[in-house]
Amino acid sequence: MIDLLATQIALPDLITFLIAGCAVILGALGVILMRNPVHSALSMVMTLFAIAVLFIEQDAQFLAAVQVIVYAGAIVVLFLFVIMLLGVDKKEYLGKDQLRGQRPLAFLSVLVIFVEIMALSRGNWVSGAKGTVLSTSSPLSNVEQLARSIFTTYLLPFEATSVLLIIAVVGAVVLVRRSDVKSSPAEEPEELQTESEMK
Amino acid sequence: MTVPGSWYLVLSALLFSLGALGFFTRRNVLIMFMSMELMLNAVNLTFVTFSRMLGDIGGQTLVFFVLVVAAAEVVVGLGIIVAIFRRRSSATADDLSIFRG
Repeated sequence: MIDLLATQIALPDLITFLIAGCAVILGALGVILMRNPVHSALSMVMTLFAIAVLFIEQDAQFLAAVQVIVYAGAIVVLFLFVIMLLGVDKKEYLGKDQLRGQRPLAFLSVLVIFVEIMALSRGNWVSGAKGTVLSTSSPLSNVEQLARSIFTTYLLPFEATSVLLIIAVVGAVVLVRRSDVKSSPAEEPEELQTESEMK
Repeated sequence: MTVPGSWYLVLSALLFSLGALGFFTRRNVLIMFMSMELMLNAVNLTFVTFSRMLGDIGGQTLVFFVLVVAAAEVVVGLGIIVAIFRRRSSATADDLSIFRG
């Protein structure tokens, strides 16, 4: 069956897809199977990078660049910072589940998710009218198309994201800030200290 | 001809399933968080694939917004994890049962 399909698919595309697809799956397996969180984070870089390759393969060049810079760059570095800050927690508790039968249930529900997606599609993956702005045949470049879309149709959501980012920055600072240095925890009742930390 | 979009969709369904599996089975809060990122990326791949299959740039625009939200979410989430770790000095999800009634 693969051979029959391969005759219609250009070989470079097929090879790129297969390699990147294997990298995506292997990286994801690495994230969920590795004992050491640092190794998990590095496996995640592999997955994110392979997804950037798949973006390029599908003519989404801008998103591929953003994916590498934001995800594989900033977010993974943030993860690594936190792992280093907290100390690598190697001894993960893998004994009895607190919720009885959690792990078999997890496997079962994930299997159900996957089978359900496959069954619901039944070979028809997209429906609906084709868009008028064809991303490949349009004379505009990918970045220009995306910019037109963001700054005209989606201008209000774009402005809203700036508010969201500011809230996230302020929230992160407030969350991680230590409570007042002057008030020592010994003098303060436990509830008050919790409240001041919440603020 | 390029690779059909359905292959990408099957791949992203697999990636989503693996992310969900990691989220359900692992106990380390950081790795649960990474599994969540995997699921977000699977959805991003789906959006880009739909964008190509339907010939509409809207899907890629949506991925742009998902990236912004993911960045904000990671910042706040890691802040919460650091704050929890300061109090409990443990990054295991099962230890965090203080909300239990």
